[in-house]
Amino acid sequence: MSGKKAPFPLFKDGKRHDGRGPMDLRPIEMEVGILHNADGSARVKMGRTEVIAAAYGPREPPMKAMVLPDRAVIRFRYHMAPYSTDDRKSPAPSRREIELSKVIREALEATILTHLFPRTVIDVFAEVIQADGGTRTAAITAASLALADAGIPMRGLIAGVAVGKVDGQLVLDIDQVEDEYGEADMPVAAIVGLKKIVLLQLNGVLKPEEFPKALSMAWEGLKKIYEMERKVLGSKYKGV
Amino acid sequence: MSITPFNIPIVPKLKKETIYSLAKRGSRIDKRKLDQFREIKITLGAAGKAHGSALVELGHTKVLAGVKIEPGKPFPDTPDQGVLNVSAEFLPIASSEFEPGPPDENAIEVARVVDRALRESQAIDLEKLVIIPGDKVWVVWVDINVLDHDGNLFDASMLAAMAALMDAKIPQHEVLEDGSVKIIGPPVEPLPVRKKVVSVTIGALGNVFLVDPSLEEEAVLDARIVFSFDNEGNLVGLQKSGPGWVDWDRSLIAFNIAKNKYVEPLRALEEAFKVHS
Amino acid sequence: MSVASERRGFALPGDPIASNVNVDPRSYLYVYKIDDTIYAAVPCMYEIVDNTLKVIPLEGVYVPRPGDIVIGLVINFVITHWQVDINSPYIGILHASNVLGRPYNPAKDELREYLEIGDYIVARIDSFDRTRDPVLDIRGKDLGRITEGKIIEIKPSRVPKVIGKKKSMLNIIKNDTNCDIVVGANGRIWVKCPNKDLEDIVALAIKLIEREAFLPGLTEKVRTLIANEKHERGLL
Repeated sequence: MSGKKAPFPLFKDGKRHDGRGPMDLRPIEMEVGILHNADGSARVKMGRTEVIAAAYGPREPPMKAMVLPDRAVIRFRYHMAPYSTDDRKSPAPSRREIELSKVIREALEATILTHLFPRTVIDVFAEVIQADGGTRTAAITAASLALADAGIPMRGLIAGVAVGKVDGQLVLDIDQVEDEYGEADMPVAAIVGLKKIVLLQLNGVLKPEEFPKALSMAWEGLKKIYEMERKVLGSKYKGV
Repeated sequence: MSITPFNIPIVPKLKKETIYSLAKRGSRIDKRKLDQFREIKITLGAAGKAHGSALVELGHTKVLAGVKIEPGKPFPDTPDQGVLNVSAEFLPIASSEFEPGPPDENAIEVARVVDRALRESQAIDLEKLVIIPGDKVWVVWVDINVLDHDGNLFDASMLAAMAALMDAKIPQHEVLEDGSVKIIGPPVEPLPVRKKVVSVTIGALGNVFLVDPSLEEEAVLDARIVFSFDNEGNLVGLQKSGPGWVDWDRSLIAFNIAKNKYVEPLRALEEAFKVHS
Repeated sequence: MSVASERRGFALPGDPIASNVNVDPRSYLYVYKIDDTIYAAVPCMYEIVDNTLKVIPLEGVYVPRPGDIVIGLVINFVITHWQVDINSPYIGILHASNVLGRPYNPAKDELREYLEIGDYIVARIDSFDRTRDPVLDIRGKDLGRITEGKIIEIKPSRVPKVIGKKKSMLNIIKNDTNCDIVVGANGRIWVKCPNKDLEDIVALAIKLIEREAFLPGLTEKVRTLIANEKHERGLL
């Protein structure tokens, strides 16, 4: 949200600036097992936003002090490559990356069955290769796929999507233009199979009656993203 | 990188069971009702040299926010707007769990949640903070300091920041020939505050929701959601904070509770300024 | 999503598998329970026999089980025991007394005569309960230090495919190459052959199984690979 007015209409005649309808997701690509070393890995692309995630573990902690006696410790980093944005972003962690690393780790804490692996560490890393809106939701989707690819036990796959508001209209899966010039950006992520919210934020303004509407739009989007996740994981075991 | 905290004190299972069974019966360990805020006390001008300040006491939680206003450069893409910066520090005096050092992810999260709510609601009219368009504007620094941690640092920090901003006055100034800004007297003109913003933090524990969780309650919650509202009832911020989940359908119940409750911190804010003037 | 009622199938994390069934104790790491329903926690194959659910994970780390034979790498010595990397989140403990067959006397016993850092060993998991590291035993038959041959590492989840139903795949490889093969449950495989070429061929066959574990016709592909390689290297 920059508070600035867009130089073109963001919603006109039922269509968004890129021609999508309000409930249309951007074209999505998903792949797992793309990295050789990582125990699990995935690439998620939503429109022009692209994220690669990798999972390592459960494994021995790098430091003896970094253990919990009854569960695994999770380490998660959300990081943007310097070339992922329009203006080069310094590789040093920004306050935004620190906050997003926290909220996404907390989302993963809700799904990973950490008590099955006491005194170990589970590492998950997400790298934003190209940022065009919805990077944290693409990151959490990719992280979830990487965890499944690694066989790290989870309560269920997580899907993430951002609902926005442009020219007064609620829209699903906002891109950078809609994020920058729109009135609201609400990222949501959930363990879809159990219908539990694990990440929820709002940047912007919603009228109180718009919140329930935005949530149900998000749910429709999450169900579709979840089906894609299941398909891409299932295709790995075709012959089974 | 964010890491599961591994040095927090163990919560005795007995305590968690007590809190949950009390909650199922509509009660809490400090005898509050499930949707009841602790007593809110706001003291304005608590930091004498700040341009605006407020000490908020929410039960035993104490947060002091101070505002400093200085001349500075605008951001290049908003040359006709002042600048608002919000940061927070969890001071080591506040809790045995806080280590001295730069703000950690928890303090950064609180600062950014407060910042977003103030910014997106346009609580401060930044366009009225221009001194020389494109060159010199007022930069408003809001620094939030947690002095005593007994839970719900989000709501206490939001309230302290908002009260400090409402208390703040811009230094008297004069623009010299060379374009520099000289402070010529004590602050007189109030900061242009357009909206009042408050937040309501709701903790989820099983099937129960607790408003304004205390420290002991926070330690056993499944998750928390911070709902920020402006004085017109618009939703200007959301943050699910903490590990754990919130049931999708039940999140709307939490929202409705918050919608009914935000008037309480808002009223406390307005009361503080009635007395003051 | 309806609960699967078939006796066998494939599941992804979060899929409900069955209700009101017992869970085989060796499957506890791959499922979780809400009320009476068992859900998959990892991509897996499952089978319900006599109302007991058994789950085979298709991915994941090796978690030691007492009785497993593993191939470990000695990585450190700490006063009274060796630390052994068993390709698991947990480090294996090999007590000096186990290696010596009698109590260890630091004044008299020169342990480097028995085992050095960097040695591979075939060991049995003696005990493991997740609150302490797994304890290894190398005193049994066919256990001990490895001094020759080749070690191949694969994902532990692929080990059942290398062994095959009733050891069918393993026997095919052994017979077609005339090699001794010890398959560690932890994904490490020790191969000892009459010559180095055959060791390389076994490695290729095992890597093929790891790559194409879930595709059809695996046995044929393996036999063909071995035959072709033997032909190319003039070993037929």
